[in-house]
Amino acid sequence: MLLIISLLVENKPGALMRITGLLSARAYNIESLTVARTLDPELSRMTIVVDVDSTLRQQVIKQMNKLVNVLQAVDLTESPAVRREMVLVRVRTVQETRTAVLKEAEIFSARVVDSSTEGFALEATGDPEKLDEFIDVMRSYGEIETTRSGVVAVSLEAKKLRLQPPVLTEAR
Amino acid sequence: MSNLTTGAKMLLECLAREGVDCFFGYPGGVTLPLYDAIYDHHIRHVLVRHEENACFAAEGYARSTGKVGVCCATSGPGATNLVTGLVDAMMDSIPIVALTGQVTSKLIGSDAFQEADTFGITRSCTKHNYLVKKLEDLPQAIHEAFYIAASGRPGPVLVDIPKDVFQAQGHYTPVTSIHLPGYKVFTEGHTGQIRRAAQVMSESERPFIYAGGGIIAANAWAELRELAELADAPVVTTLMGLGGLPSNHPNFVSMPGMHGSYAANMGMTHCDVLIALGVRFDDRVTGRLAAFAPHAKVIHVDIDPAEIGKNRAADIPIVGDVKRVLGKLNQTLAELSATGLTAGASAARQAWWSQIRGWKAEHPLLPVTSDSEIKPQHLMREIDRLSAGEAIVCSDVGQHQMWAAQLIRFNGPRLWINSGGLGAMGFGVPSAIGAQFARPDKLVFALVGDGGFQMSIPELSTIASYGLPIKIVVMNNGYLGMVRQWQELFYNNRLSSVELDCFPDAEKLAGAYGFKGRTIDKPWELASALEQAVREPGPYLLNVKVSPYENVYPMVPAGGAINEMVLAPPQPVAVPK
Repeated sequence: MLLIISLLVENKPGALMRITGLLSARAYNIESLTVARTLDPELSRMTIVVDVDSTLRQQVIKQMNKLVNVLQAVDLTESPAVRREMVLVRVRTVQETRTAVLKEAEIFSARVVDSSTEGFALEATGDPEKLDEFIDVMRSYGEIETTRSGVVAVSLEAKKLRLQPPVLTEAR
Repeated sequence: MSNLTTGAKMLLECLAREGVDCFFGYPGGVTLPLYDAIYDHHIRHVLVRHEENACFAAEGYARSTGKVGVCCATSGPGATNLVTGLVDAMMDSIPIVALTGQVTSKLIGSDAFQEADTFGITRSCTKHNYLVKKLEDLPQAIHEAFYIAASGRPGPVLVDIPKDVFQAQGHYTPVTSIHLPGYKVFTEGHTGQIRRAAQVMSESERPFIYAGGGIIAANAWAELRELAELADAPVVTTLMGLGGLPSNHPNFVSMPGMHGSYAANMGMTHCDVLIALGVRFDDRVTGRLAAFAPHAKVIHVDIDPAEIGKNRAADIPIVGDVKRVLGKLNQTLAELSATGLTAGASAARQAWWSQIRGWKAEHPLLPVTSDSEIKPQHLMREIDRLSAGEAIVCSDVGQHQMWAAQLIRFNGPRLWINSGGLGAMGFGVPSAIGAQFARPDKLVFALVGDGGFQMSIPELSTIASYGLPIKIVVMNNGYLGMVRQWQELFYNNRLSSVELDCFPDAEKLAGAYGFKGRTIDKPWELASALEQAVREPGPYLLNVKVSPYENVYPMVPAGGAINEMVLAPPQPVAVPK
């Protein structure tokens, strides 16, 4: 099943490798992965969509939480959360369909980010299913090229984040 | 140490502050600055003959003391040779700090001579690893490595250090605190869960304690003993937990699992409450999971939350340090038992114990002997007699390991040292080197098969050069015995590439390194030959030729339920041409 995992990780070299390594060691295919800095520049937020055997779902989250660089890994698949993705679409249109393309873009609340005699570059955000539809519609107007960002998600519940306090070396 | 100093010297200062007295390694090009600093440092460097054995020796040191073991290798091939040892330490939760040299920082990624992506290669075989790019990060990384290796569920941590970081000069400031905000260590168990566990145990009619390597790692053997006595429960200790309860303790049953005893496996299958302490429900213990302990409520105590419910769902999960949890559990149990068991429960307990004793008597683990040839079990019983539960036995992997685990008794923890999870052949001799350095006062046996021994022969040189009085006992059946056993039982006795038909003359081989050795094959020679080996002040190589076709029983075939043991050979075995 497709899991949506949100991770708060230390912004350190190798942190990404440790997380993806956990998945690749179990031969799980990553559908999408996004990562960017948080307000605290020492931390990154990561959203991973990955196909995981449903019986091993908890195990994967627990293993991620064990990683030294991971502050928190949360399964957002079924919990209240907003999921969004962005897509950039370049659509080639002939003169006659330009207005229709713009009309469709408006329905999907997509923005025109470039316009030329060849066609448009459009930017749309939404949940992944909506973007699938948007891409389908655009395809009906001609040749398209797309780049999707992958899902980013935010939980609608406050997740308690327990950070470990510093340990004094002498006290060990 | 406030003056300008080099990275190499800083590293040694950090090791000294961590209490390191010796470490095991092999030098190379990029670690030259480190070895120059070792030259006149008080920390002892032990030169092994292969990096894999440096890691195994560090494990022997760690397993026999509970302290962090340290090993060191150069970049490229040196670092890749450590990998087997790191995985081994990972599987058995052994605290190791591995130091590797790396090519100069500006050459990283250029396919420089002896360059390998050590950081990437060891990601999955360490608990955590570091690539130190700047001198000012070095002390912090070293102290964090020791902290991570030893705390929580222990494991190996690797620090990769480029040559220019060893050479760089800077001012050393001692590290006063470690801040790892995402590193979660769970120590105190949930009080409510502990109370529930005590309640369930006190109401149990057929309690059974399943204790593992976590008991050893947490130094919780006194608490385990107290629990066994308070709860009046039988105890099995896994391959990793042997010595966690003394073998001569009346509550001790034996080892469970694939080659566990009849009583241990029947007890697991029929208990109503299974108290699992510092164990991971390994497939070699549980057999077919669906049929494992089918009537039991499971109380599972482990410091690693990912172990809880991984293989078997726990009815009462308790995440915490097993020593602290047992401390509280024992206290609660003592309070509960002050009121005493009900008459019914007490009668049920007596019946349970008589059933356990009955199973023990029905199929005991007995040393098989013969008048004409040395049986492997006979060898184990003789080692047991000489050890009297006190010697350190460093085992290799295979049939001899299982017979030793069944038949050699251990009066305390950290005496039985073996590669449990990974099953890495070639572990026995180098781990004995580490154990003997850590415990110079102890009699140390390296108990190995003829296969594993031949993976370790280079280390005879280390043993001779440091004059380590290790007693190497080779259980020589001329085969890769465990593989041969499986070929016999499951592959129609088609013995494919398992015969080791050439073994060096032990006396000449040991003699070539300057110590004594001997080969025996007569049962009446066994006792005196072992005694002679132990009497000898230095190292000794005793090659014991045993009957070649002996199989380890009881045996649970892979995928079988553990109460469906094969107790003896199913039929007379045809001897191959």
